[in-house]
Amino acid sequence: MKGPLVSTDSHDQAARHDPVYDRLHATPEFNELRKRYRGFVIPATVAFLAWYLLYVVMSNWASGFMNTKLFGNINVALVFGLLQFATTFGLAFLYSRYSNAKLDPLARELEQAYIDQVGTDGQRGQQ
Amino acid sequence: MSDQVLTSVLFLTVVALTVAITFWASRQTKTAADFYSGGRSFSGFQNGLAIGGDYMSAASFLGISGAIALFGYDGFLYSIGFLVAWLVALLLVAEMLRNAGRYTMADQLAFRMRQRPVRTAASISTVVVSIFYLLAQMVGAGTLVALLLGVDSEAIKNLTIVGVGALMIFYVVVGGMKGTTYVQIVKAVLLMVGSALIVILVLAKFDFNLSALLGAAADNSGKGDAFLQPGLQYGATLTSQIDFLSLGLALVLGTAGLPHILIRFYTVPTARDARKSVLWAIGLIGAFYLMTLVLGFGAAALLDRDVIDPAAGGNQNLASPLLAEEIGGGAGSTGGAILLALIAAVAFATILAVVAGLTLASSSSVAHDLYKGVIKKDKPVTEKEEVRVARIAAFAIGAVAIALSIPAQRLNIAFLVALAFAVAASANLPAIIYNMFWRRFNTRGATWSIYGGLIAAVGLVMFSPVMSGAPTSLFPDANFQWFPLNNPGIVSIPLGFLLGFLGTISSKEPEAEERFTELEVRALTGAGAEGPSHH
Repeated sequence: MKGPLVSTDSHDQAARHDPVYDRLHATPEFNELRKRYRGFVIPATVAFLAWYLLYVVMSNWASGFMNTKLFGNINVALVFGLLQFATTFGLAFLYSRYSNAKLDPLARELEQAYIDQVGTDGQRGQQ
Repeated sequence: MSDQVLTSVLFLTVVALTVAITFWASRQTKTAADFYSGGRSFSGFQNGLAIGGDYMSAASFLGISGAIALFGYDGFLYSIGFLVAWLVALLLVAEMLRNAGRYTMADQLAFRMRQRPVRTAASISTVVVSIFYLLAQMVGAGTLVALLLGVDSEAIKNLTIVGVGALMIFYVVVGGMKGTTYVQIVKAVLLMVGSALIVILVLAKFDFNLSALLGAAADNSGKGDAFLQPGLQYGATLTSQIDFLSLGLALVLGTAGLPHILIRFYTVPTARDARKSVLWAIGLIGAFYLMTLVLGFGAAALLDRDVIDPAAGGNQNLASPLLAEEIGGGAGSTGGAILLALIAAVAFATILAVVAGLTLASSSSVAHDLYKGVIKKDKPVTEKEEVRVARIAAFAIGAVAIALSIPAQRLNIAFLVALAFAVAASANLPAIIYNMFWRRFNTRGATWSIYGGLIAAVGLVMFSPVMSGAPTSLFPDANFQWFPLNNPGIVSIPLGFLLGFLGTISSKEPEAEERFTELEVRALTGAGAEGPSHH
């Protein structure tokens, strides 16, 4: 907590609003950043949760299919489980690539704009 | 007896190593930022290792391999749920939390809401989740040590619990986040190397043919093909199938609400490093859970079933250590003794690293949220005083955990961990997600979802077969059970989200909505986020 920023209003709330955030929030760059972020993470979350729940539900109620032997003692259930590992690694990789290419440059630009507007010592703690 | 000497020497080596690390780290811990977040100076890779060390608990190492050894395929759900859960942390939580918060989970709520109610709620939930998780680890430590010393005595178990409790208090009080992090990094490396060694030896025994390993496990289990198919543990009735679904939900949604995991995101300089740490953690944790599959089926294939089946007087939690002994040449051989002692020491290091993380998370929250944010709200608190309170809180929480662990030894370890995940998913996750994605979300919504999710998850368990009404219950002779499932998540998680929604729309808090603008800019861009501290 840094002295002058302590909230003293009766509302008992966090640090006072800094108008620089309103300006940044209104920029087309920020809107684009938010659109890109949500455009990736929301569909991705829905997809991996659905894929995972499909696995749990089929383990429960599709035993005939899950118990099918593919080769040797390897059955569908095991392959389905291992595919969950593969899709987790895959999605993590895709998100990493996407955020490096599409999110980080915009975020850096906006952070720089913030530093330019408040000065480098403008880093302030919350509350 | 010489086996026990070897085991003891390795255990003491682990303890000595972690104590030395803690003393070394204590010299670099001066400010509050050092104590809570290690000065935010760890690299993404270091933090990824530490996250792995914080997350891969004794319940994973001993519990999952034991569950697979005993129930075959059904034990695999834990591995999958625990891993897929990291996508929630990666995509929705880690980076934004790093940018918006400071030291605790409550920080990002307090950013735009009324301090006292949200900090109180978040702190209570942090302590409850951490205590359940602590109990699981400490009970596990007692069982492990007693069985390794070959004496099933209450005194040894209690002594171990007190010893582990004393060590975790020491790590946190003396080493703070820096000490805890290095303990976790060392543990992660030990765990990966130790597991990989056993996995390679097991696979070599089957000429690296996974199908042959599975076939041997199915034969030796006495269950045949059913051992490799879903349903052995949970498939019997519709109720148990719904229980399985409920467990699956808690596992996948709980991770990103675990306080000791959340505070790890604050230990790196930027949100990009937080993302990198999660990516490393996913690789590490994924590799580890793939290994638990081999450890579990390996134990099922190579061990005498009686030693892991509780119905025959065995202990499923010892599947991995006993497998190490078997693969090293069997009981009585030098190789067996060395591998057993090695794996047992790794399991012990695992427990120590996790309990340190949990104690740190809960004591940080008590000092930063309850003491500074609520009790001393209108008075300035110096950093020195805040850290002093955190250290006192670590003592208090450690003492409570020791006192509760001793009677809790009758509880199942895996159940305690699953309950911690259910509470984290029901109480913490809804508030975290709403706060970052919903402008309208406010103080009432946050407190309703936290208290509602917390009470629902813990309350439903009270009236479940875990507590009464079944031969395996904690109180088998009583019957106050009306909730049929062991896992409350399927009810309590949606309830947490619903209450967060209802609390929000039933109240107006323009200040919270107005400050969402600042929160959103800061969370997505890092503008104004807490930077690393400089010495």
